[in-house]
Amino acid sequence: MLDLDVVTLSRLQFALTALYHFLFVPLTLGLSLLLAIMESVYVMTGRTVWRDATKFWGTLFGINFAMGVATGVTMEFQFGTNWGHYSHYVGDIFGAPLAIEGLMAFFLEATFVGLFFFGWKRLSKVQHLVVTWLVALGSNFSALWILVANSWMQNPVGSHFNPQTMRMELTSFAEVLFNPVAQSKFVHTVSAGYVTGAMFVMSIGAYYMLRKRHRDIARRSLTVAASFGLASALSVVVLGDESGYTAGFNQKMKIAAIEAMWETEPPPASFTLFGVPDIASETTKYEVKVPWMLGLIATRSIDTPVEGIKPLVAIAEQRIRNGLPGYRWLEKEGGGQDAVVPAELEPAMRDLGYSFLLKRIRPDIENASDDQIHEAALSTIPDVPVLFWSFRIMVALGFYFIALFGIAFYLASKRRCGKPWFLRMVMFSLPLPWIAAELGWVVAEYGRQPWIIDGILPTFLGVSNVPATNVLFSLLGFVLFYSVLALIDLVLIVKYVRIGPQAEDDGLSTQPVQTAAN
Amino acid sequence: MLLDYGTLRLIWWALLGVLLIGFAIMDGFDLGVAMLHPFVPKNENQRRVLLNTIGPVWEGNQVWFILGGGAVFAAWPLLYAASFSGFYLAMMLVLIGLILRPVALTFRGKMESLAWRRSWDWVFFVSGLVPSLVFGVAFGNLLLGTPFHFDKTLQLDYEGNLLGLLNPFALLCGITSIAMLTMQGASFLASKSEGEVAQRAALFGDRAAIGLVALLSIAGIWVAFGLDGFVLQGAIDRAGPSNPLWKSVGREAGGWLNTYRHTPSSLAAPIVAYLGALATAFALRKGSPKAALLCSSASVAGVITTAGFTLFPFLLPSSSHPDHSLTVWDASSSQTTLMLMLVAALFFLPIVLAYTGWVFHVLRGPVTEAAIERGDDYHY
Repeated sequence: MLDLDVVTLSRLQFALTALYHFLFVPLTLGLSLLLAIMESVYVMTGRTVWRDATKFWGTLFGINFAMGVATGVTMEFQFGTNWGHYSHYVGDIFGAPLAIEGLMAFFLEATFVGLFFFGWKRLSKVQHLVVTWLVALGSNFSALWILVANSWMQNPVGSHFNPQTMRMELTSFAEVLFNPVAQSKFVHTVSAGYVTGAMFVMSIGAYYMLRKRHRDIARRSLTVAASFGLASALSVVVLGDESGYTAGFNQKMKIAAIEAMWETEPPPASFTLFGVPDIASETTKYEVKVPWMLGLIATRSIDTPVEGIKPLVAIAEQRIRNGLPGYRWLEKEGGGQDAVVPAELEPAMRDLGYSFLLKRIRPDIENASDDQIHEAALSTIPDVPVLFWSFRIMVALGFYFIALFGIAFYLASKRRCGKPWFLRMVMFSLPLPWIAAELGWVVAEYGRQPWIIDGILPTFLGVSNVPATNVLFSLLGFVLFYSVLALIDLVLIVKYVRIGPQAEDDGLSTQPVQTAAN
Repeated sequence: MLLDYGTLRLIWWALLGVLLIGFAIMDGFDLGVAMLHPFVPKNENQRRVLLNTIGPVWEGNQVWFILGGGAVFAAWPLLYAASFSGFYLAMMLVLIGLILRPVALTFRGKMESLAWRRSWDWVFFVSGLVPSLVFGVAFGNLLLGTPFHFDKTLQLDYEGNLLGLLNPFALLCGITSIAMLTMQGASFLASKSEGEVAQRAALFGDRAAIGLVALLSIAGIWVAFGLDGFVLQGAIDRAGPSNPLWKSVGREAGGWLNTYRHTPSSLAAPIVAYLGALATAFALRKGSPKAALLCSSASVAGVITTAGFTLFPFLLPSSSHPDHSLTVWDASSSQTTLMLMLVAALFFLPIVLAYTGWVFHVLRGPVTEAAIERGDDYHY
């Protein structure tokens, strides 16, 4: 049963709009780079079939890009509209990468994407190629900065709490930028985008091959996408493993929940291939385990234990108790002009965020009973079954992509990619990268709960003080509005796939867009 | 630290103005063209001329807005939190406008059906009108103050609602904003097109510019004689920690004119706003649309600077708890963040301006009906 308060509604709205936004982002990331690669081949070989391919995929890219830009603005707005206290509490740190993203990345991609479409005749071949590369570069830079920001929420480094301004403030931008979580997340996420782009091109190429249409463009596109996709799929899985390692030392609870590992195992911990997590009994039934594997992934060693959920709850309980004296001091002195944390309270202030967890249970948290402290500690366990299964489906898909692109690469190199069984398999795999990417975000963000910033601020404290009816209204508006847009977007993409690439005789442009417009 | 905290805050206040001006000049002409869309073109070809004048550049222009939002988040987090959550439903309206515009531009030309295109034409118009109106209304409410306060832990409580924002003065500012951006859009359109489209654009631009002069006058008189301005009382530490609860603020009639009383040279801003608009109308009548675009941009910059000077040092005054108002001196990021962001802005903005300039140079020259008919490199 859902409790429709501001917190729940704001979370639903953010989750919905973020997942929706991420339907378009990975394709932009992957397709922009594939466009740049195809156009590079055109410029190097001078063969117009590559230019026609670039223009055709460019049309589909354009439809997708507009949706990505449009839905991206929603994300930036929502921090302010729905997560006002979060914005105040961490804007000093979180705002900077967002603003730099605008300066460095958005301007680059958005300024040059117009020239990509309008500049074919106004620019020389090489100039246009440079423009296409700049669009791809801009998209990838934007992924870098937004992931730097996101990784700070997972692993809040380089900052401290200022009791005078009642917020977190930046102490070291270098730490925020070189956050190890950000490094692995960036490569993992852009690689996932490349896989998506490669699958998109391969699937539509396969569709043409099966229909025996546009075969020269389809075959070439397939070959490029197969090699690009294989490299990316390998990178996604390897860097996913790197994410697992960094999460291992930073977000132990997330790892334990993904594994549904209730108790600490003697090292090296085994990896649960299959099982049915049961929250009520705090056990996982019917487990099938691979010995050593988790220990190796999460700790890169054979003698460091991977902690289980129950011992981590005990640690959380201790940290709540540690944080309470800090909270008590803050109630009295916080926001004062002379507020300086006394030296003996420094350790307590480090666990201040944990004491905030009690706020959900009672407002006067200083008077919390032992039971209530235990209840707050239990709230640090994320949704185990959802994480357990999301993670496993994502990883299985990752390995499937390696296999599929591997076969594609092999067949393409033997010039035998016309086999109908293979083409059908590729065609029907089209939605899979999106499923994997969305599940990846579920693991990363839903797995971060109950925190909006890990260990610093619980999600329920981050919301704006707005009436629940307003949020309900905007949420319903988004559902309706986004559904209509998704439908139109799909209709257009299907239409342009049906029309297919148009060979050009130079002089008069007969790009599909013009055909449609005249 | 090279610069002291107070100076950094002042620089960021100025930079916020620069970004807003960048937005109003660049994205402003997109919004203006959208608002002119139902009125200027007479047929499908002319409609496509309109769309293709902004076609290659609107995406880059919109980044001025996104960057403005990002800069407020990074440099003025309290302002970002308070204004975005306080104006919740108004922001949602802007958001819908900003989503619909790219969608309308991209989707419109992709089906042949007349009904499809006419529908998107209306969507496109609304996507220009609604944000233009809301931006002005929001500015009006800044001058009136909005009802909000903080608790001791700086949790914000906003006491107003959407209907409260729609008061007569704010609506006047909203219409002023529409006139200003229509003038900007018309000047741009006149300079990027030929023949009938350019002539009709000039006609609408001329009217909008004259309208702007009239509206600015009414708004100016209202601010001077009809509104109680917000005034800082007692000392405020310009380099102190960003906590807006430590000062006291009073209200006095004509208080919003204090900047101009203390620093008469600041009157240059409203003068540029007026003269720019008049010169725009003149240039459009004389048939020099490029000069008009220049004058119109200067006028837009003048209007925004005037608004900033009038409010200074306030960013978001509180009508219910004036002491809790956000000012330049107590609502900023930390010194470290302001310094970092300044370095980033000084490094990247010139690069952005350089390549934006190059793109406009490549795209120079008018979009003509003949070229649209030929199906030249026009995407929409």
